[in-house]
Amino acid sequence: MSGFNYRAIWSIYKFELHRFSRTLLTGLLVPVITTSLYFVVFGGAIGSRMTQIDGIDYAAFIVPGLIMMSMFTESIFNASFGIYMPKFAGTIYELLSAPVSATETVIAYVGAAATKSLSVGTIIFVTAHLFVDVHVEHPVAMAAFMVLIAVSFCLFGFILGIWAQSFEQLQVIPMLLIMPMTFLGGAFYSVHMLAEPWRTITLFNPIVYLVSGFRWTFFGRGDVGIEFSLLFIAAMLAVCLTAIGWVFRTGYRLKK
Amino acid sequence: MASIITVSGLKKSYASGYQALKGIDLEIEEGEIFALLGPNGAGKTTMISIICGNVRPSGGSVTVAGHDIVRSYRGSRSAIGLVPQELHTDAFERVIDTVRFSRGLFGKPRDDAYIEKVLRDLSLWDKRNNKMLELSGGMKRRVMIAKALSHEPRVLFLDEPTAGVDVELRRDMWKLIGELRQTGVTIILTTHYIEEAEEMADRVGVINKGELILVEEKTALMKKLGKKSLTVTLAQPLTQIPPELGEWDLALKSDGSEIEYVFDTRAERTGVSSLLRRLGDLGIGYKDLNTQQSSLEDIFVSLVHQEKAA
Ligand SMILES: Nc1ncnc2c1ncn2[C@@H]1O[C@H](COP(=O)(O)OP(=O)(O)OP(=O)(O)O)[C@@H](O)[C@H]1O
Ligand SMILES: [Mg+2]
Repeated sequence: MSGFNYRAIWSIYKFELHRFSRTLLTGLLVPVITTSLYFVVFGGAIGSRMTQIDGIDYAAFIVPGLIMMSMFTESIFNASFGIYMPKFAGTIYELLSAPVSATETVIAYVGAAATKSLSVGTIIFVTAHLFVDVHVEHPVAMAAFMVLIAVSFCLFGFILGIWAQSFEQLQVIPMLLIMPMTFLGGAFYSVHMLAEPWRTITLFNPIVYLVSGFRWTFFGRGDVGIEFSLLFIAAMLAVCLTAIGWVFRTGYRLKK
Repeated sequence: MASIITVSGLKKSYASGYQALKGIDLEIEEGEIFALLGPNGAGKTTMISIICGNVRPSGGSVTVAGHDIVRSYRGSRSAIGLVPQELHTDAFERVIDTVRFSRGLFGKPRDDAYIEKVLRDLSLWDKRNNKMLELSGGMKRRVMIAKALSHEPRVLFLDEPTAGVDVELRRDMWKLIGELRQTGVTIILTTHYIEEAEEMADRVGVINKGELILVEEKTALMKKLGKKSLTVTLAQPLTQIPPELGEWDLALKSDGSEIEYVFDTRAERTGVSSLLRRLGDLGIGYKDLNTQQSSLEDIFVSLVHQEKAA
């Protein structure tokens, strides 16, 4: 056999979606509930005092940040588990002994995790409409941005899943790195609201660029220029793809 | 016959620095059943894992069905079905889904009739809608075989197919392997049991400490290995073997309180019953009888010594 093994991609993709479907109810309910809670706490309680940021209603202002936040965690969580579990359970033997290339493996696992993460993002977007009127200025850019974010964070999660050798290691990066960075990344406030030196320090947080770029697709403006956001996503994609290429070339933590 | 697998100079050093394979050369012929024997840690699983793509070789090369396992891995892996030593299954998947998944992974179009045949042959059809976690260990092993066969491989690797399997299931397994062979599949299996190799294999390879110390037709090997010893614990110790027992090759052990008789299990007449009859005729009473097969370990030791002597 030669050529592209698209059947393998499809099999893995279906397998992963099936895995997600086993927890479908919680998988869908959790984002709805968290989003609602955020709106009650931030939109209702705090928003009633803040009313507007950069001329945008506070409740609407936090929508892109909320979507991003959930998509970051969903992407990393699902993609890292997707590849970590077979490693942990030993079922990875089958993947390694199948005529499946590195590219096909990545497309399948990352594709499935990104699908899940995009559905969660969409659910939050829809739920947000129950609480606030959100007008999206650049819908196509918004969709494209979501896809890019899902793919790059799933790639990152995939690498994490390959690297991790215990459940603890699997959790530590999302909990200790991504979560704080997201909270400090301007999901709930504008960078302009910070005083120096925090404002400058914040600009070293890559999440700022992602949240800002996504916010731009909604309101036509963000904390930093959209070109910086795009540059950053491109860089992140490139780094992840290089890392994955290296992982498969060397068999790092996959093959002894 | 043409060889389907060619292993040449295959070496493996693990990251720990341990050298698990020290240059293996081996040809597997198409359609044969090849049994790989060897003590724990000999390197059997390592060799299989390299051929199948789970472990990277440190040196040497392997071709399967004419495809190099590294450069042309799609070709080589497509030809292989692997049943690994450990039972690794997706606990929440249904039997039939997991077997279909394997077929898809190998790039084959869905074929329900074929999957049904495989499941029926393995007596799994009734269990097709059960989740993996609902199966017994022996059934799980059979699902692993079904997965390996799902893409119609030309070569099947069975890494200790009968480890931890009860006698009845072991018989079933042997029968199944025999049937698979009828369909033209080449089978390579590893085992610790000599009688298993004896029952099924056409050829036997013995691997020890990363070296293939012997590859032989089974029949020839069994002549060498098929010795058993009978120990007769006497009621009264003897000072010497009576001349009436001269036709048996006997040795006096434990200060004359035991007689040991080494015999060939494959011989037409082992001489055991006639020996016991003669003992009775001579009025030599005995308290206990014990037969022992030299353990595989012993055999390896003697083989290794032979190697060194040669
Ligand atoms: N991942 C690893 N890292 C380091 N050493 C390893 C690794 N896997 C196996 N080994 C070592 O390589 C040697 C061969 O192991 P292997 O699993 O191939 O033996 P085996 O012949 O299959 O044994 P068994 O009959 O117990 O299954 C052993 O000494 C083992 O400890
Ligand atoms: Mg083994």
